[in-house]
This record gives sequence, structure tokens and C-alpha cells, in this order.
Amino acid sequence: MATATQVDSRSVADSGDGHKRKKNALSDGQGRLAWILLAPTLLVIVVVAGIPVVMSIRESLFTTNSGVDPNTGLIAAGEKFTGLKNFTDIFAGQDTVTGSYGTMGRFVNAFLNTTFLTIVCVVLETVLGVMMALIMAKAFRGRGVVRAGILVPWAIPTIVSALMWKLIFDEAGVMNRILGSQILWLADTGSSFWAIVIADVWKTAPFIGLLTLAGLQTIPAEVYEAAKVDGATAWQQFTRITLPMVKPTLVVAVLFRTLDTLRMFDLPYGMIGAGKYRVETLSIFAYQEATQNRYGPAAAYAIILFLYVLLVAYLFVRLLGADVIGDSAPAKKRKRRRGEPDAKSAELPALETMGGAH
Amino acid sequence: MSSTTAREATESHLSQAEIEQLSHPKKSSKVLIGMIASYVGMGLIVLYCIIPFYWMIVSSLRLPNEGRSTELIPSPASVDNFKAVFSAGNNFGRSLINSLIISGITTALTLLLGIVAAYALARLRFRGKSAVLWLIMACSMFPLIILIPPLLKMFSSTEPFGWFPYWVNTYQAVILPSLSFGLPLAVWNLTAFFRQLPVELEQAAMVDGCTPGVAFRKVILPLAAPGVFTTAIIVFIGAWNEYLVALTFLQDPNRQTATVAISKFTGVTGFDTPYGTIMAAGVIVTVPLLIAVLLFQRRIVAGLTAGGVK
Repeated sequence: MATATQVDSRSVADSGDGHKRKKNALSDGQGRLAWILLAPTLLVIVVVAGIPVVMSIRESLFTTNSGVDPNTGLIAAGEKFTGLKNFTDIFAGQDTVTGSYGTMGRFVNAFLNTTFLTIVCVVLETVLGVMMALIMAKAFRGRGVVRAGILVPWAIPTIVSALMWKLIFDEAGVMNRILGSQILWLADTGSSFWAIVIADVWKTAPFIGLLTLAGLQTIPAEVYEAAKVDGATAWQQFTRITLPMVKPTLVVAVLFRTLDTLRMFDLPYGMIGAGKYRVETLSIFAYQEATQNRYGPAAAYAIILFLYVLLVAYLFVRLLGADVIGDSAPAKKRKRRRGEPDAKSAELPALETMGGAH
Repeated sequence: MSSTTAREATESHLSQAEIEQLSHPKKSSKVLIGMIASYVGMGLIVLYCIIPFYWMIVSSLRLPNEGRSTELIPSPASVDNFKAVFSAGNNFGRSLINSLIISGITTALTLLLGIVAAYALARLRFRGKSAVLWLIMACSMFPLIILIPPLLKMFSSTEPFGWFPYWVNTYQAVILPSLSFGLPLAVWNLTAFFRQLPVELEQAAMVDGCTPGVAFRKVILPLAAPGVFTTAIIVFIGAWNEYLVALTFLQDPNRQTATVAISKFTGVTGFDTPYGTIMAAGVIVTVPLLIAVLLFQRRIVAGLTAGGVK
């Protein structure tokens, strides 16, 4: 996509290089026009995203007053500035809960839940998704049917699928009947974690499969033929050709799935419920705090989640993204160093995953 | 004479069998196994995707008091659950209308802003373009939950936002935050579509005396209609499926969206989860989306993967 941008802008430039260079409706005053056209969108983004983020930072430095004001004898209202107390309280050891990882602060517990859910879900989704894509790529006929089937989990609202899986994982439900077991999936046990993993993987693995398939279809058949002539085994073809060539697509898909799973809310909330510490994610915890008027801590937790997401995105782009471009297109790499490092590697592929995001 | 015809007939018959054999090019058993395996694999994928949904449909068609039944086929089948969904207490009809209004307005606003912005990003050269792209990207990355504490405080006119109108239980309280994820998606998608259209078309129109604006409106926009349409569907589905924001800001049952309403269904006694009704409501919420998705699956897949393959 990065190249497409460049080629496009260049072609516009080239057309302006001709005889009508001096007066050209295509290039004259473009900057001003562009900013005028972009203004509404940027304004909306600033208003609905930028300002709330700044407000969150302010909020995280305040604590809502509670209890009775000793001076007036009235129930305290308003809030007071408490600096970084909301952040330091995380490690103060109050509000401990017992989750899957022992007894610890509720925030740390939610943080660990979020992290492990994300790792397990994304790994399984990616493996399953790539397998699906490989199967679909081999297909001669019936791809339309499979594609239609794959869009089913994508189109079902997450909260509806959460309730659907709640029924499936019910104590007397069909999952226990199939397994011949009596597992209490929904009762905030270790199994609840896996129930959520299964539900999440069900919904998103096909999606990764769809995106990977799009990447697979761009690999020319000649490459495989050449490999066959050279006597490469199927496994070698997969690891030496297929994986490296779908990597750009796959990395971006996985990145966005990761970011999406880190902020998971609907699925555990709908399936297991709020206040279930074995599956409480950071989003659920922050939501619970916010709806109980504890805006300060809620904002602090949301900010930490935000920073966490940024860090993960950065690591993805640095560790995985940089490698991709270094391998396949040295010319691009040079440009990349000079210019915007991140926007490029993640530029347009982003949209593909955003559709599945909510 | 007749014997030759007969011979010819047999010959042609034989050769037809041969042709049939030849028309299936000789495959080694390995290739055949590979083909069978790929069909089996595709069957498994479809089953994987469909079976849980099948369970939802089946469960919605049971008698209301058999919500947890594990029979594969409902016996007797019943549509009582669907009737129960629309019983007065659930307010479900109203919530569907709310969902339609909120998703519709979100989609319309998103497209309106997104088309204009995408045109600038796809066609115009200006400084700071990559910064804008980065900003829009970042906007789609951040966790929605970070909007909740400040906006909840603001919309509920809690100090120090006493000056702010009380927006809890209003549509705009959900529509505005929804723009923050709809807009980046729309801008990306539309930018990709506009870029696919040759710039020469516009140039030709401009040579013929159109201003860039007119050229865009009369030439590019009609050609990009499929892209706009795809974007509309994807944004609409995203807004329709939104849960967290709606759950936070819409507490009045008359204002709730369908997703929130479903999650708040309670049984008559209040203790027993009315699975049948919930599943029926889930089917009602999902089926329109599925029909749209299946009708336009090619376009949606193209829209979802447009950036990934370039």
C-alpha cells in the first residue's frame, strides 16, 4: 500500500509535469483544498477521540469524594486532585481478589487475564486461520460457499455470540453433553477462560483465514512450480515460500486482532458476567469502576490499557514489520527510515481488520 | 452398411467412454487424495462456522420452557420464543428501531465525512498527509474503554461538567463515540477505492471544463458507488453490533439498542435465564445482517481485504 501511495502521488505529479504545469487544477491549491476537505473528519476525530483521551488523563489524577464530609456533615460531592494516587494504588495491595493466578490486586489480575487471553486467542486464531486459508486456496470449486460460511461468525454481533456460547457452555448444555462431562464453564472457574477462548477463536479465526487467503492469492504459481522443480517438499514450500510471502498481510491482521483482543469486553461480560475475576479483562474492570462513579481509577486503568496497546503495536511494527520490509523491499526500507515509520507498514491493511473489530 | 454403422456406433461409444476418461486428466492418487482432502477441509470449515449458529436457531425454535434442551432438532418446533421476544415487557421492537436509528445516522455521517476526507487523501497532494493517515490509524487502535469514564462523567452532567447537557439516554451519546471507530474504517476503505479509479477520468472531465469538485461528484463518485456501498455495509454492521458504548449510555429501556436489550432479557421469575427468547432475539438481530452479508459477500470480502493484498 505504501507503494501505491507513492505511485499514485507520483502519477499525479507526472501529469502535472507536462505542458500545463503552471496552471493545473489538479495541483494548484491542493494543500488548502485538502485541509478544507479533511477538516470535518479531523474535527470529529479530535472531538470524539482526542478530547476524551485528554480528559481521561485529567480524570485519572482526580478522585471522587465519598463518605461524609467532616466539616459540613453532608455527604461529600465533587472530586479532589490526588496526583498519581490512582496509579500508585494499583500496587498498594488493597482490593485483592483471587483469580487464576493467585490472590493479588484486582488490577494486576485483570491485566494478567487480558494478557493471557490475548496470547492464547491470537495464537490459536492465527494457526487455525492460516490452515483455513491454505484449504481454501487449494479449492477448485465451492469457494463461494465457504466464503459465505466464513462471514457468518463475523456478522453475528459479539454480544449475541457471547449469549449463544453461554447457552452452549451451560452446565446442562450441549458442550457438556458432547464431552460427557459436568464442567462448570460459566461459574468463574479455570474452564471459563477456555470457554471464552473457544468463543473468541470461533468468531475470529475465519476472519484471519479470509485475510490470509487474500494474501495467498497474490503469490504467483510460478514460484511454487520453480520450487517443485528444485525438489522442495510441501513443508519447505510452506515455510520458505508461503509464510514469507503472506507475512505482510498476516502480520497486520494479527496485529489488529491482538489490539482487538486486548480491549475485549463484550465476550466475557456477556458470557460469564461482570465481577468474575478469572476472566475479568481490563476493559471490564475499568467499565465497572466507571459505572460505580469511580471515574478516577477507571480512567487510570483505561490509560494503562491504552499505553499497553500502543506498546504492543509498536513492538509489532518494529520487530515484525521492520523485518518484512527489510527482507522483501530494500528500496522501501530506505524511504521508510526517512519518512513516517509506522503509518506505512500498517497503512491500508488496517482497514481490513477494522471491519471485524467491533 | 448397417454393420458398419453399428461398428461406428460401438466405436464412438467406446471412444466416448475414453473421452470421458480423458476429460479427467490422469491424476496420480496423491492429487486425488489432495482434492478430497481439500473438499473435506472446506466442509469442516463451513461446519465449524455454521454449527454454533445452527444451535442458536434450533434453540430459538424450541418451546420456551425447553431453553436448555440438547435435542438436535426441536420437538415440537415452536415459534413461541419469537412471540415472546416481542412481548410488551421486553421492549424489543422499540430497541430494534433504536438500533436502526443509531446505526443509520452513524453510517450516514461516517460516509458523508469519510467520502470527502478520502477524496483528499486519495487524490490531492499536500504536506502532512502521512501524519493525517497516522492519526486516523491511531484512532482505530485505541481501546474504546478510554472514552467511557470521561464521557460518562460529561454526559451525566457530573461535576465539573455541570454545564454540559444531560445526554444519558440520548442517541447522540452513542452516535458520537461510534464515529470514532466508524470514521477511520470508512476513510481507509474509501481511500483505497478512490485510488483504484484512474485519475485520467477526472482529468478528462476537467479538460472538458469541470471543476475538480464537479469532476469528483459526476465522474468518480458514481464509479466508486460499489466501494461506498461496501463501506456503508461494513460501517453499519459495526455500529449495529456495538455494545459497550450503548450499554453505558443507554439505560432507559425505551432508548436501548437491540444488542443491549438482548443482554438484559430476564425470565418471568427473574432467576432463570430465558435462553429460548434470547436466542430468538439473537436470530432476529443477526438474520438481516446475514442476508445482507450473503447477498454482497463478494463485495464485502473485497472491501475487507482491499488493503491487504497490495
